[in-house]
Amino acid sequence: MSAAHDDHHHGPAKGISRWLFTTNHKDIGSLYLWFSFAMFLLGGTFAMVIRAELFQPGLQLVDPNFFNQMTTMHGLIMVFGAVMPAFVGLANWMIPMMIGAPDMALPRMNNWSFWILPFAFAMLSSTLLMESGAPNFGWTFYAPLSTTYAPSSVTFFIFAVHIMGASSIMGAINIIATVLNMRAPGMTLMKMPLFVWTWLITAYLLIAVMPVLAGAVTMMLFDIHFGTSFFNAAGGGDPVLFQHVFWFFGHPEVYIMILPAFGVVSAIIPTFARKRLFGYDSMVYATASIAFLSFIVWAHHMFTVGMPIAGELFFMYATMLIAVPTGVKVFNWVATMFRGSMTFETPMLFAIAFVVLFTMGGFTGLMLAITPADFQYHDTYFVVAHFHYVLVPGAVFSIMAAAYYWLPKWTGYMYDERLGKLHFWLSFIGVNVLFFPQHFLGLAGMPRRIPDYALQFADFNWISSIGGFLFGASQLILLFVVIKCIKGGKKATAQVWEGAQGLEWTVASPAPYHTFATPPDPKLIHDQ
Amino acid sequence: MASVGSHENYYVPEQTKLPFFASIGLVFMVYGLGAALNDMKAAESATASTWISLFGFTLLSFIIFQWFSTVIRENHAGMNSDQLKRSYVWGMAWFIFSEVMFFAAFFGALYYVRNFAVPWLGGEGDKGISGDMLWPQFAAVWPVIENPNDALFTNPHEALNVHEWSIAFFAKFLPFWNTLILITSSVTVHFAHTALKAENRKGLIQWLAVTVALGVIFLFLQAFEYIEAYGHYGLTLDSGIYGSTFFLLTGFHGFHVTLGTFILAVMLVRAIKGHFKPDDHFGFEAASWYWHFVDVVWVGLFIFVYLI
Repeated sequence: MSAAHDDHHHGPAKGISRWLFTTNHKDIGSLYLWFSFAMFLLGGTFAMVIRAELFQPGLQLVDPNFFNQMTTMHGLIMVFGAVMPAFVGLANWMIPMMIGAPDMALPRMNNWSFWILPFAFAMLSSTLLMESGAPNFGWTFYAPLSTTYAPSSVTFFIFAVHIMGASSIMGAINIIATVLNMRAPGMTLMKMPLFVWTWLITAYLLIAVMPVLAGAVTMMLFDIHFGTSFFNAAGGGDPVLFQHVFWFFGHPEVYIMILPAFGVVSAIIPTFARKRLFGYDSMVYATASIAFLSFIVWAHHMFTVGMPIAGELFFMYATMLIAVPTGVKVFNWVATMFRGSMTFETPMLFAIAFVVLFTMGGFTGLMLAITPADFQYHDTYFVVAHFHYVLVPGAVFSIMAAAYYWLPKWTGYMYDERLGKLHFWLSFIGVNVLFFPQHFLGLAGMPRRIPDYALQFADFNWISSIGGFLFGASQLILLFVVIKCIKGGKKATAQVWEGAQGLEWTVASPAPYHTFATPPDPKLIHDQ
Repeated sequence: MASVGSHENYYVPEQTKLPFFASIGLVFMVYGLGAALNDMKAAESATASTWISLFGFTLLSFIIFQWFSTVIRENHAGMNSDQLKRSYVWGMAWFIFSEVMFFAAFFGALYYVRNFAVPWLGGEGDKGISGDMLWPQFAAVWPVIENPNDALFTNPHEALNVHEWSIAFFAKFLPFWNTLILITSSVTVHFAHTALKAENRKGLIQWLAVTVALGVIFLFLQAFEYIEAYGHYGLTLDSGIYGSTFFLLTGFHGFHVTLGTFILAVMLVRAIKGHFKPDDHFGFEAASWYWHFVDVVWVGLFIFVYLI
């Protein structure tokens, strides 16, 4: 044996260098999660500015251009800075432990995937301080708003997106290599926890579409600085081309933000229903089907742009097909709970809220998929309500559920259950007060991305804003709970939750710095 | 070397300064580049920004050099188990897939403008009405020589694609020769690999040197074609959608060939130093995969940009 020195394992290094130079999947997972939370607060602050401006009709707090910068930066930071890194953080922490691996497959690249992110977001956020102001063309940055009419800060936006893409691609390659190459003996593919499965498929989606996003912003860069005419009809290009390239990335992107959430919920519900997950195989196949379908539905974001009728019909029917595998999943979660001996700890509350509210977001998605109906809903607050339902009580709730579920494993202490429940109920009420009225606003015709509106929309807007402030403030409880849990509390057992299954519950709490340097006993690996 | 018992140690490096400083290099490089582009657009001096970018590029290059050296050193020290080597194989394979998708975006754009955007601008079908109203004189032909608005986008004089199917034409058609060169180089890099596996180091070095030479010749010819395009054909980046798609597709391909040639040159140096063993040479194999990939992209380019 040549590598004698790695027979003894070191604990973490001391001081700041631990975090800057670490190759440990748990450290990097924590970095991702803290970064994500910071971005969640920053993007949330921008949302508060938006809701404050929309509290009343008329312009009172910010000027319209700054309002547009807020909606743009809110979307970009939440999507690329909060939701995606949170799931990568969970993957880093949990996947090696779930499959019995000593670490991620490529630990140094893992560090790089993380550390380029804070720099990218620093560069993106710095545009707020630039003379031209931050990007103001919406998170979907449609040309020509983002090319011909863009503020000069768009150049930095483009490079920030390039770096985020590189981070995602490296992270995804690492996850695929880990899952395909690092499973402990006996951990066959169909014995993997669903969180691992959903992440494997998500990683595939990331590698397939982040380069396309890079292509889109590269074409923008050349249109802006080098005189090309990809998105300019005067030179034979087409602004609609931008939308096609963007949404070819963008639609798989929304599944990138929800598939790992499915994995989290599929871990939590069986634990607190004290039953095995209903229909494991069908969950795997449904996830794969959703991933496949995500590549052939992108133009449902563009029904009103003027596509040939055959395109409208194809994208309508393909989109509706997604309801089938998604329905399978919802059915399986409900069937798992059916006649289970359920308890309602905080992670379970978030998971159940996820199932109910995500399904609502799914139904409004189905409404939007109907092409003729979408001509009415397009670019209204109905769309805003729809995607916030799938992203906030969907993706974000699942991340919170995951945080509460695995916090005892991460810190070695139980979190404060009373505060956790308080956080849940305030978030649950807040999120519904915030987004439910937006359905009505949209159906009544209020357009999205406007700082001022007609008087008829005033009531639902102030209700929505109140919900927004409540939801925003409630998130500080989460911060408090997490810090309190790190500081101490009731000692957590290795098992933590009575009904929990899986390798991560066979190691001590807190999980030792290095786990599974030798693979676990294959007898510990159970059928799902 | 072989594992004792059923389990091999998976080498997890303890700590590393490489990625953090690579991040610093990367951010300086792109920030400086972005600032330089904005300076130039605002007709201001871009000197400071350019230096920032160059500093970042230098730092990043230095770190990447260190990074690869470390990985090679570890492998030579026998720290890499078979399982770890498989991680590198998966990593490279999926990296190439991401590159495929990057090119797919540009091929997709070419497909869209040729089959939808340009015909609609020319007035074809239901969607043709706006094109007819805006630029009634515009005729949909590919390659687009007469732009819809030639005051904004200068027309090229002539296209660079195949417009005559004769031996005489192809004999003088530079992209055709470039295709032959790249396909040949794919074969020679394969010969190098075969020689490596047969423990024929001389053969490895010779075939690899031939491959690098072919790569360099390709790049020279490509540069020559660009000079011709700008000077003789009037085809530039700002001459409308034909120039846009032509230069971004061939340009990004050329950039990848440059990178591939550089990687193969590094492999040549390593081969001369005797780094590779018949059963342990993934660095070389990854470089050859990359090279085959840029060749396949070129074949796609030749077909869709030049031939049809």
